Amino acid sequence: MKENIVIIGGGAAGLEAAGQLIRLGYSPIIVEKEDHLGGHLAEWHCLFPDMTPASDIVGRLAGAVSDANIFTNTEILFINHLKDSYNVMLSNGVSIIARVILFTTGFRLFDAARKEEYGYGIYNQVITNSDLEHWFRTGDDDRIGSVPMEAVGFVHCVGSRDEKAGNAQCSKVCCITAVKQAIEMKKRFPDAMVYCFYMDLRMFGKKYEDFYISAQRDYGVRFIRGRVSEVSENIEGKVVVKAEDTLAGKPVRVTLDLLVLMAGMVCNPDSTKVASMIPLQTDSDGFLKSKDNILEITSSSRKGIFYAGACTGPKTVPETLAEARSAALDIHNFIESL
Amino acid sequence: MDFGFGIAPSSTINLDKVDRSRFTRLHELEPDVYKCMACGSCSSTCPAGRFSGMSVRKVILALQRGKEKEAVRMLKGCMLCGKCSMVCPRGINTRHLILSICRIYNEEQQ
Amino acid sequence: MIYQGKQKIWSEYQKEIPDDHWFYVRSCIRQNFFPGAEVMFMKICREELGKDIYETPYHTTCGGIAYHCDTIPQETVMTIVARQFSLMTEAGYENYAASCITSFGNYIEILETWNEFPEVETKIRELLWKACRREFVKPKYVAHASDLIYKFRNDIAARAKYRLVNRKTGEPLRVVEHIGCHYSKMFPSKGVGGAEYPYVLCGMIESWGGNVIDYPERRHCCGYGFRQYHVKANRGYSIANTHKKFESMEPYHPDMIITNCPGCPYFMDRWQYAISEIEGKTYGENGYGIPVLTYEEVASLVLGYDPWDIGLQLHQVAVEPLLDKMGIPYNPDEKYKGLNHKDIMRPELPGVLKCC
Repeated sequence: MKENIVIIGGGAAGLEAAGQLIRLGYSPIIVEKEDHLGGHLAEWHCLFPDMTPASDIVGRLAGAVSDANIFTNTEILFINHLKDSYNVMLSNGVSIIARVILFTTGFRLFDAARKEEYGYGIYNQVITNSDLEHWFRTGDDDRIGSVPMEAVGFVHCVGSRDEKAGNAQCSKVCCITAVKQAIEMKKRFPDAMVYCFYMDLRMFGKKYEDFYISAQRDYGVRFIRGRVSEVSENIEGKVVVKAEDTLAGKPVRVTLDLLVLMAGMVCNPDSTKVASMIPLQTDSDGFLKSKDNILEITSSSRKGIFYAGACTGPKTVPETLAEARSAALDIHNFIESL
Repeated sequence: MDFGFGIAPSSTINLDKVDRSRFTRLHELEPDVYKCMACGSCSSTCPAGRFSGMSVRKVILALQRGKEKEAVRMLKGCMLCGKCSMVCPRGINTRHLILSICRIYNEEQQ
Repeated sequence: MIYQGKQKIWSEYQKEIPDDHWFYVRSCIRQNFFPGAEVMFMKICREELGKDIYETPYHTTCGGIAYHCDTIPQETVMTIVARQFSLMTEAGYENYAASCITSFGNYIEILETWNEFPEVETKIRELLWKACRREFVKPKYVAHASDLIYKFRNDIAARAKYRLVNRKTGEPLRVVEHIGCHYSKMFPSKGVGGAEYPYVLCGMIESWGGNVIDYPERRHCCGYGFRQYHVKANRGYSIANTHKKFESMEPYHPDMIITNCPGCPYFMDRWQYAISEIEGKTYGENGYGIPVLTYEEVASLVLGYDPWDIGLQLHQVAVEPLLDKMGIPYNPDEKYKGLNHKDIMRPELPGVLKCC
């Protein structure tokens, strides 16, 4: 079918939606600003709750779109609103007239250095969830292998549920990611004490609770209810953490060899930038605003503009994929109705 | 010199200084002790709790924070009725756990 | 420690500090605690750097201590501050520099409050008019006096006779910096370097040749905390905080501590004596304490002023070990002579803490 569909973003949502649209007989065009597909997923090692390698998932998603038009290293320069369509100008000089644009622009990982009290970028042994995943994937990080790992800490909700950081929302995936990463650290360093500092544990998804129980019972990961308030470095270069053990009602301090900050999901500024070309509204949390947050989550208030995945708010991979399929169907119905 | 005041003791729990040897032995006997998620069902239903300060939840926490004497003192209020085992959502055999705690920590005190 | 990471934060928290023409207000307590500090600040600014620093004998307390002890309401403290601003306006200045950290915090807090709630400012203007028929223009810039010395740190370094370097070994001195809580904890953007990694004193230390120590309890309060010290029953709590800091910095063997608050140097200095009496423990070398100095005192030493002329004999912890390290000459016989060579009498020596 000769209907141009521009998909902005070649991450999980973009790939899945493209794959579904191809199956429905369309030839979608994927525009990706990086030099590779897969988005954040391509940087991840494996996924909860079954430890599925992220590369397998990216491989399968990308395999389904091998026939699509894919522009990597390409950004959107501008979008003009024509009478019944949009003129999308790309940085590679290509311009596309399309009646349908799908935003799969995703999220951005919160910049953990903004929580100055945690000392990311200042204290050597403070890393992020993303750094740790990179190490799981590549083994390339001097901070982790080089010193004995006797005690490791995870800080939940870094830049999430944090009005001061401008992100009141829960990032949804960090609790379970911390549990997953804590287990993986325990597997690699069985003698290490592993602490998770949390405010609430939000184990909402399939098998999450099992995973959490297993982290406690089988791996001995210790969960301390209380948010880390201050991180410093001692003379040996170890990390000293202060928090309150809110269950004991007492302050707690511990010295760690590694502290992992669970940086949350925030709206992607690139997403906001492209959205402003149309323009599309953003919701109170900064993410793109759906026409309706229950009934029409994949629709915008503009004709022909659709959303899928974390551009409208933090989501897990299965949720993102489900939304991408749903958006593909919505797009199909929209084109049929034209 | 007496100034009429001293250096106030800190209430901070220093996890670096907690001796985990007894808790490790307890965990070997009672792997489920790690499953506690501090919901408080055990304490709220405990018939001894409101009179003696007994709380299984607090005992499990106190043992992990190095406050063993406090934990053993709390356990003295336990009547082993088993009500806490009935309500534990994670199926911890609290009655068995309490007996194991008494065995390990009382041995040490003798 | 990743130094570049700190530099990045420092570059994000830079504030505009005008070069000249300041209306200066003194602290209520510093002249008793460290009598040379404020005098030396003005001397350095006026005579060494040729700046215009104006002060008036008509200024009063800013009300900060009473406000933080919860003995006067905010309207009262605001009206007191409004009167200070009127003195500045009258003198024809628009840059306001406070010697005291709590005053600085107080001024910033009040200006921010007026910014958010203009009706409060209107009310305070009325109250001031009713009370003393005065009017004021809000200052264009508010700085803490340490911001000025920070700004002029390299000019001072260029004139330096001594550096924060051990003369014998050539090694930089290990310097602990301690920032008063009210400097930037309430409004991080108003302090040089922000609140978590303040740069105002680090900048001076670096410029004058020392090495900054970042120890785990660096951000912790000195222990003064107004109500915590003023009530005797709370003093054990006050000294416990100071004790915690010293225990934390001990492994780094600091040569000195620089502070920018009225209370901090006083408490970190005097409590070393109390801790030595209670615990029998001292933190300096050979039974001495760690000398605690204000930034003005350090600037004066660097510029070559006589230690006894800048009031260092009023410190509890002996400064002589530091002077020896820096290679600063001093006459022990002159230590307890006043400016007019009058004998100011020797203090009783403590039992544990070694003093000269």
